[in-house]
Amino acid sequence: MNKVVKNAKEALEGVSDNMTFLLGGFGLCGIPENTITELVERNITGLTCISNNAGVDDFGLGLLLKKHQIKKMISSYVGENKEFERQLLSGELDVELNPQGTLAERIRAGGAGIPAFFVPAGYGTEVAEGKEVREYNGKHYLLETALTGDFAFVKAWKGDAYGNLVYRDTANNFNNMMAMAGKITIAEVEEIVPVGEIEPNCVHTPGIFVQRIFKAENLEKRIEFVTEKE
Amino acid sequence: MALDKNGIAKRIAQELQDGYYVNLGIGIPTLVANYIPEGVEVILQSENGLLGIGPFPDKGKANADLINAGKQTVTAIKGAAFFDSATSFAMIRGGHVDLTVLGAFEVTDQGDISSWKIPGKMVKGMGGAMDLVASAKNIIVATTHTDRAGKSKLLKECTLPLTGVKCVKKIITDLAVIDVTDNGFKLIERAPGVSVEEIKEKTEGKLIVEGEIPEMNI
Repeated sequence: MNKVVKNAKEALEGVSDNMTFLLGGFGLCGIPENTITELVERNITGLTCISNNAGVDDFGLGLLLKKHQIKKMISSYVGENKEFERQLLSGELDVELNPQGTLAERIRAGGAGIPAFFVPAGYGTEVAEGKEVREYNGKHYLLETALTGDFAFVKAWKGDAYGNLVYRDTANNFNNMMAMAGKITIAEVEEIVPVGEIEPNCVHTPGIFVQRIFKAENLEKRIEFVTEKE
Repeated sequence: MALDKNGIAKRIAQELQDGYYVNLGIGIPTLVANYIPEGVEVILQSENGLLGIGPFPDKGKANADLINAGKQTVTAIKGAAFFDSATSFAMIRGGHVDLTVLGAFEVTDQGDISSWKIPGKMVKGMGGAMDLVASAKNIIVATTHTDRAGKSKLLKECTLPLTGVKCVKKIITDLAVIDVTDNGFKLIERAPGVSVEEIKEKTEGKLIVEGEIPEMNI
């Protein structure tokens, strides 16, 4: 079994207009940079993107937003992107904001074959509008539904030809769940290691969830707020 | 005198107990980490997947893969753990986090909170705030008592979209420490040199004042 492909261009075979994509990352940490660059180049439009954040104006998903390739975003926090806020307030962009834990669980559920589940987050707020409410043990819960995508794009530290992935530090974040919920999951990694080199106890995302893997070139790994000791 | 941001953070830090797992929100709550009392060991949880937030890195040592929920570069303490977002919110939703400290635009005397959206003006999103307030065992709001225009942020009803209902347990402001009880806000302490009258005047929601109100000890 060899899931390794040459580059982002080869990996993104089959993406087209109006598809739903799941993208890993938190802020700019752990985002699939090379994949996003390739999506920008392919000029596909009408996309629905499920991602915790929307990048910044000139990096990450902000690059797709700027070219109006995204029709709808499902996210939890978009505060770092002025163009996003502008498109949202002007009605150009359809946005569904989810509580972050609910978003994570919707994706996990999508990958795990669970169609819907109850969570307390958002009860009594506008997030609850149109959703079934149930009471368990005196507390109110909302019915939330699972999310999946035509493609999932994730970024990992190391991966092998079987698709096993290891993340580094807090760059795991949404990547692990996104990988589970894509019909086709594409991983870009900093290093492709020989099969057997990743200690089985240390695999974060088992290879069964990953269909294609490639080595990322020229990763910028931009930091949103560099904060250091005074 | 009203407290500054660091003063508020210092007073909140007195609420920390040994062995607590704590989630600190963005802004004033983040500053609480600078004032953890001697002899109290707490472990800070960051919802992007870190249990055991350490100090900011030394100059030149910032790591793009290691950030907090405010997207600032941080370090991890010895004994820290990394995990994915679903696991992170299992910690939060499952009630494993002992204390959540977060900021707010408005809080009511029933414990409702709004903190994420100003219709037509600002939409940043709720991030993890709704999950946190719906499930944390104990929630402290860190805020200034009034907004920039001098209007009370401690209200009868929220005017902005809600983050959660009947969830806030305690509010620590630049003027006072206030518990949220079934009967309304209860004044517990006042900032050094701040009068009960000033607090009453700047609190729109129902405020209960019983007996002598001590000054904060900070």
